[in-house]
Amino acid sequence: MVDSLAYTPQITLEFKIGEKDFFVAGECASRVKKTLQQLGLKQNVIKRIAIIIYEAAMNVAIHATSGMVTVHIEPDAITIRTEDVGAGIEDIDLAMKEGYSTATYEIREMGFGAGMGLSNIKQCSDDLKIESKVGVGTTLNAKVYFQEQPRPADR
Amino acid sequence: MTLKEVQELLGAQVLCGNDECLKRGVSICFACDLISEMLLYLKPHSLLITSLTNAHVIHAAQVMDVKAVLFVGGRKPDQSVITSGELNKIPLLATQLLTFDCCGRLYEKGIKTDEQ
Repeated sequence: MVDSLAYTPQITLEFKIGEKDFFVAGECASRVKKTLQQLGLKQNVIKRIAIIIYEAAMNVAIHATSGMVTVHIEPDAITIRTEDVGAGIEDIDLAMKEGYSTATYEIREMGFGAGMGLSNIKQCSDDLKIESKVGVGTTLNAKVYFQEQPRPADR
Repeated sequence: MTLKEVQELLGAQVLCGNDECLKRGVSICFACDLISEMLLYLKPHSLLITSLTNAHVIHAAQVMDVKAVLFVGGRKPDQSVITSGELNKIPLLATQLLTFDCCGRLYEKGIKTDEQ
């Protein structure tokens, strides 16, 4: 298992996600996981990254009209960026609250929409930034370092 | 206990997974119907019990290194989901029993939610 990918060229993986494209959202988490396993990263780091990608990509598929997931593999960390065009988030603090959800019955029936997505992402990220404009779209940036980082007490 | 023993205990049908796969041992189990909860709580090598039968269960199982999935309440996934289980080497079982009965019977056999 490695803590750093100094000898690996930087890799960027991109996935386009359409409106209600739920299948692709799950697929990209699976695919990135396989790539990271080939690079020999630690299991728990891979898992945190896969969870972030899964939840973030699902958010795009559920709430946006179109979006992009970009996974950038650096020597010491991975950044996950989702950028979407859609409804945006009115109150980010409220959206981060576990249990708060605006998902429809259809989404809930699939096993999603419990209001746990963003808090799951926060728990798995070392750095998380969300910017959103109502009626325009949302950008999420999450970073996971390969070396364990000191975590604030509130996580 | 082995997956074969789980199958017999719960009267389950094997949707995918050969005899070799069914020899795999399982000691921890997790039951839920929310994907986010699976991502939050699933321990590696668990048996996942769920009544969800869509493709996301396989994605979550693959991401979380699940050993096998058991569908409850007589629910069975579509062939595309079964094929995805095969491709990801995740054995899939289906039983008529409901979640509580499955969990109870497995608990009696020493299966827990965590390695003790």
